[in-house]
Amino acid sequence: MPRTPAGPELDRLISLLAKLPGLGPRSAKRAALHLLKKRDGLMAPLAVALKEAAEKVTACSICGNWDSSDPCQICADEDRETGVICVVQEVADLWALERSGAHKGKYHVLGGVISPLDGVGADDLNIASLAQRASAGGVSEIVLALSATVDGQTTAHYLVERLEGLTVDITRLSHGVPVGGELDYLDEGTLAAAMKSRHKA
Amino acid sequence: MQFTDEGIVLSAQPHGENHAVVNIFTPSAGRVAALVHGGQGKTRQPVIQPGNTVSATWKGRTEDSLGHFSLELVEPRAATLMQDSLALTGLTAATSLLSLCLPERQSLPQLYDATKVLFELMEDSDVWPVIMVKWELGLLSAVGYGLILDRCVASGATLEDGADLTFVSPRSGGAVTYEAGMPYKDRLLPLPPFLIARGEPQVGDMLAGFALTGHFLEERILFPADRQLPDARQRLLTRLQQKYRG
Repeated sequence: MPRTPAGPELDRLISLLAKLPGLGPRSAKRAALHLLKKRDGLMAPLAVALKEAAEKVTACSICGNWDSSDPCQICADEDRETGVICVVQEVADLWALERSGAHKGKYHVLGGVISPLDGVGADDLNIASLAQRASAGGVSEIVLALSATVDGQTTAHYLVERLEGLTVDITRLSHGVPVGGELDYLDEGTLAAAMKSRHKA
Repeated sequence: MQFTDEGIVLSAQPHGENHAVVNIFTPSAGRVAALVHGGQGKTRQPVIQPGNTVSATWKGRTEDSLGHFSLELVEPRAATLMQDSLALTGLTAATSLLSLCLPERQSLPQLYDATKVLFELMEDSDVWPVIMVKWELGLLSAVGYGLILDRCVASGATLEDGADLTFVSPRSGGAVTYEAGMPYKDRLLPLPPFLIARGEPQVGDMLAGFALTGHFLEERILFPADRQLPDARQRLLTRLQQKYRG
């Protein structure tokens, strides 16, 4: 990336910003210039927020969610159902489920899915602690909310096998027609999955 | 340069933030890797799941360049098998093996046809594991490491002569008769009779068949390239053992 004629500090800021998702070198320069313009209103608070987040936010020792407290707010919330654990791939998936308000229980973040090509095996994921939680008692259901991809479903099948023998119901999300989706516009894979998982009306 | 062909998606690796490099096995051009624009997006992701059959148009400046694919879904195999644990493991094992074993841009139409047949049978769990053993033999043969299972490498006796072929030499990949092989049986691999069209395959035969093909896939193709058999194949064998041996 060509250096700016403004000194190493700005170069460093731009090169770091350019590493963020969605930003390239040009948009990183724009962001850096914008931050400099809003030095007091945005740049200084952002620097403080980044520092605080880097120091305080850690993975919850129970579920793997990011939070500044350990256990996280969800694990510490006594109003939530403790008997149902929803297993998700990443924290972003947990946030999506929280937005929907569809799940009132606890979560478990795997930190990825089994992917041989990317060199991710079962031992690289947060699976051992899930097995511990499931066998500790008080858990009646584990919901596997993993991606409808080959890797996601391979992981789901692996978890079913791993948790076999425990007195816990293991369920998984349905695959099929999205709300507002017209059949004509759906891809063939989704339609095939929807047809496979049809149920009695 | 441009070509259009049907193909089976073998793998998709993220490239940058939005795109993916996708490996596709086509009958006319063999295994081809190319960029799929927007391959990490929600409209392309369902198409580039391993095992899916697609119509692929490859375009590139030269024959050697990475180029890019335009893809249309033909058969959503991954979605069809996604809820069947054993079949999904088999599908992943087969696509991973093809990814690891096939050279780039080498036309292998017979292996492509055999792969399609294997995938089409994957909804019948009593049939496809046996077919997959034969498919792995076909894979070895297609890449130039076929086994010689119709005559004894020690005595020269052939199947046509009624030779009792019982073992396979782990070095030569040739069959060995019971008589010639017995003194060395601990060092030889068992030859399942169904691989030489003798008898119906039993569960033990199927597992012995996977052990046989696994040995040669490792020894002849993967080890020299500093690779290993894919984890999915090992998971498949574990599941088959659990299913049939309890």
